[in-house]
Amino acid sequence: MNQNPWWKSALVAAVLLGAFLVALPNVFGEAPAVQISPQSGARLDQGGMEEVKRSLETAGVAFGSAYDDNGRLMLRFDSVEEQLRAADRIRESLGQSYVVALTLAPRTPGWLTALGLRPMSLGLDLRGGVHFLFQVDMQAALQQRVDRYATDFAKLLRDNRIRRDVRVDGNVVRIEIPDPKDADRAEKLIRDSDPQIGLERRNEDGAVILLARMTEQQIRERQDFAIEQNTVTLRNRVNELGVSEPVVQRQGLDRIVVQLPGVQDPAQAERVLGATATLEFRLVCADANPVEAKRKGRAPIGCELHQDRQGNPVLLQRRTIVTGDQLIDAAQAFDQGMPAVSVRLDSQGGREMLDVTKKNLNKPMAVLFVETKRERVERDGQVIEVPREEREVINVATIRGIFSNNFQITGLDVTEARDLALLLRAGALAAPVYKVEERTIGPSLGQDNIDKGMQALVLGLVLVVLFMGVYYKAFGLVANVALIANVVLLVALLSMLQASLTLPGIAGVVLTVGMAVDANVLINERIREELRNGNSPQASIHAGYDKAIATIADSNLTTLIAGIVLFAFGTGPIKGFAIVLCLGILTSMFTAVVVSRTLVNAIWGGRRLTRLPV
Amino acid sequence: MELFKKVSRFRFMHYARFISGLSIVLTAISIGSLAVRGLNFGIDFTGGLLLEVGFERPADLSALRQQLGDGGYPDAQVQNFGTAKDVLIRLPPQEGDADPSAGGKLGQQVLAVLQAADPQVVLRRVEFVGPQVGEDLTTQGILSVLAALVLILIYVMFRFQWKFALGAVASTAHDAIVTAGIFSIFWIPFDLTVVAAILALVGYSLNDTVVVFDRIRDNFRSTRRGTPEEVIDRSINETLSRTLITSGVTLLVVVALLIFGGETLHGFSTALAFGITFGTYSSIYVATALAYFLKVSPADLMPVKKQEQVDDLP
Repeated sequence: MNQNPWWKSALVAAVLLGAFLVALPNVFGEAPAVQISPQSGARLDQGGMEEVKRSLETAGVAFGSAYDDNGRLMLRFDSVEEQLRAADRIRESLGQSYVVALTLAPRTPGWLTALGLRPMSLGLDLRGGVHFLFQVDMQAALQQRVDRYATDFAKLLRDNRIRRDVRVDGNVVRIEIPDPKDADRAEKLIRDSDPQIGLERRNEDGAVILLARMTEQQIRERQDFAIEQNTVTLRNRVNELGVSEPVVQRQGLDRIVVQLPGVQDPAQAERVLGATATLEFRLVCADANPVEAKRKGRAPIGCELHQDRQGNPVLLQRRTIVTGDQLIDAAQAFDQGMPAVSVRLDSQGGREMLDVTKKNLNKPMAVLFVETKRERVERDGQVIEVPREEREVINVATIRGIFSNNFQITGLDVTEARDLALLLRAGALAAPVYKVEERTIGPSLGQDNIDKGMQALVLGLVLVVLFMGVYYKAFGLVANVALIANVVLLVALLSMLQASLTLPGIAGVVLTVGMAVDANVLINERIREELRNGNSPQASIHAGYDKAIATIADSNLTTLIAGIVLFAFGTGPIKGFAIVLCLGILTSMFTAVVVSRTLVNAIWGGRRLTRLPV
Repeated sequence: MELFKKVSRFRFMHYARFISGLSIVLTAISIGSLAVRGLNFGIDFTGGLLLEVGFERPADLSALRQQLGDGGYPDAQVQNFGTAKDVLIRLPPQEGDADPSAGGKLGQQVLAVLQAADPQVVLRRVEFVGPQVGEDLTTQGILSVLAALVLILIYVMFRFQWKFALGAVASTAHDAIVTAGIFSIFWIPFDLTVVAAILALVGYSLNDTVVVFDRIRDNFRSTRRGTPEEVIDRSINETLSRTLITSGVTLLVVVALLIFGGETLHGFSTALAFGITFGTYSSIYVATALAYFLKVSPADLMPVKKQEQVDDLP
């Protein structure tokens, strides 16, 4: 009686061993590190990493172990002094095109990292950093769209020589057609230009009024677009900060969460997040030699000297054809099988573009990326903020045809097309954002939180282990093994999922310990009860587990329901707590029922017993 | 070691009426206090600005209030936080807080006022929460408790029976209300972690209740003798050792957290400590007593059998 087939015991042992291995990286702590990533927020590939490492070696910068962290190069150091010294040298030798950030890297040994194992990620409240919650102004996003409809419709009717009076009235575009004879034609034109739009027709004092409003679906699409676009923009800007493991996430219908671990100055973060970027389309000065101009340091009349992303000189005409605020949308596309970026301009930009392309067929045109950053400089002994513009030619392409507000940029490879589309879109926010929440946790507080939380947790665990051992003797020791296995399993799951552990999460661990204890108490009390009722030891073990399992399942499932509801409704810290609680219930059910049973069977199973140490 | 050598023989249901009366009074007081006094809501709910600052030596709170008042923040609440060196400063939400840059600037300004008097001040934490977020959280918190209760009601109805389901939900609601009531009566700050604690205790209290119910169902099914009162009493007595040991051990961990977990977990562990105590009591009394008053009987819990045709013709 009470014997497991060998494979069952082996399976349990294997699971525990695996969990131990996955949880292992958490014991090593963190080391000071430097993180290197390309300026544009792109990823470093294997070749890029080797190149950076080589250039550091040639520059004589000594670094500890180096590894790839999601497309960023991480260099680990033994001490903070070494880290700081190395960071300065790296900044010097790599120059402007890389973001060099100071951070903490897990001290996980190489062989564990090679297995893809990482420690739990800690929430901001445990390691310090800044948390922002931005609200996207949806009303403004919709208003922009409605205004654009009004301009487009007005132009459309003008081009077709229909007398009209177009006004925006809240969310409705009101188009008055004084001559009823034109009404049918106007309605058809508008409907054809945007088949989805909701159009209502009314007669008023002999004139026809067309009321155009966005349908529910269009509104939803527009809002979705606005928030997606803003998320992309903010993510690109966050990458500029060089923060390791930043979080930029959409939350709910109209909010965006930005978390910057390790950042201590919210003002600086806000400056970058609030930076503005725009684009300009310009013709290339094709007759002049840019290399010559660079050497002389002087551009021909009417031209300006710029650089492309590789640092090569490019001469552009001073006159700007189209600026970024005239850009409506950009998307990666394919043109005759070749990668391309399809760009949409508003009507005015379209007119300009038409005009220029007509006159400059087969000549090169460039896209110039202009970013305004606010920088702190010291002037006359005072620190002031000045705007600084950075300009970069991101693409030069030949004009292949006449186009207006809809055109494609070709001559790129797939990655370039994707990046360009992203950059074009990322330039500006689709709708204004407001900060509704800001939390900054200092690093000392974060460390304090970890220390105290862990201390309390360890103390609580020790007390529980002592009590169980004394109260239930050998069966108490089995329960303790199950309890510790439970904590290990939970840590392993959290490390595997890379869910952030927060302060409430630690509290969740505490509650899990309580639940695990409960399960073991239930089992042991049942076994004692069976013994009291005069059953044999083996039968008591068997019946005790069987009866307790039903109770454990019922009681844990109800708690699990509460946990799932918390997860579904909660945000931030509550969600963190709910994840730990739900996982903890699952692991405690597994350890109490399966692990402890396996252990009990291995020790007492199949033997003739006269009494049980319970 | 064994604390409970013999199964006790308390006559729980005999006193049910009296103790239920007490529970009703306790709940009424809590609801009353919640309605009249309300809760000492933290910044998560009210919005506003919170700064936690650390000083080199014990801080003089009245001097700080003076400084802040002179610096243009007469509404600032100043209190010690954990140690004498750590101070918590709270500013109520101001007009125009929805402005994108208001919070960050305000935090820096307040810090500047403090640093003017003592350059050694270390900023440990800044939180700025707009009023909109506060409203959302309140509705969200209430909604999630309600949703949890409804789902639990349905689950217990399926697993047991509607009389038990009502008992479970009543006892759970009782625990949540009384715990919130204590926060209201003693004016303990009520923040997001306390909400998490109350939701956790909903789970814990239910866990406890279900264990007792489980035994009642067992005993109803396995024994034919005895009145419902006797069966319920026996079930509670049989599970009493487990109930008390589990609660005791969990309380052990929670008290460790309360004492050593630091100020940030204080609200959480206080709520859990009270919640576990009430949860234990209510699973014994409130949940079973309600089922008892609803006249739960063995027939309610028998596995459903096909109705036998009775031939009552002569």
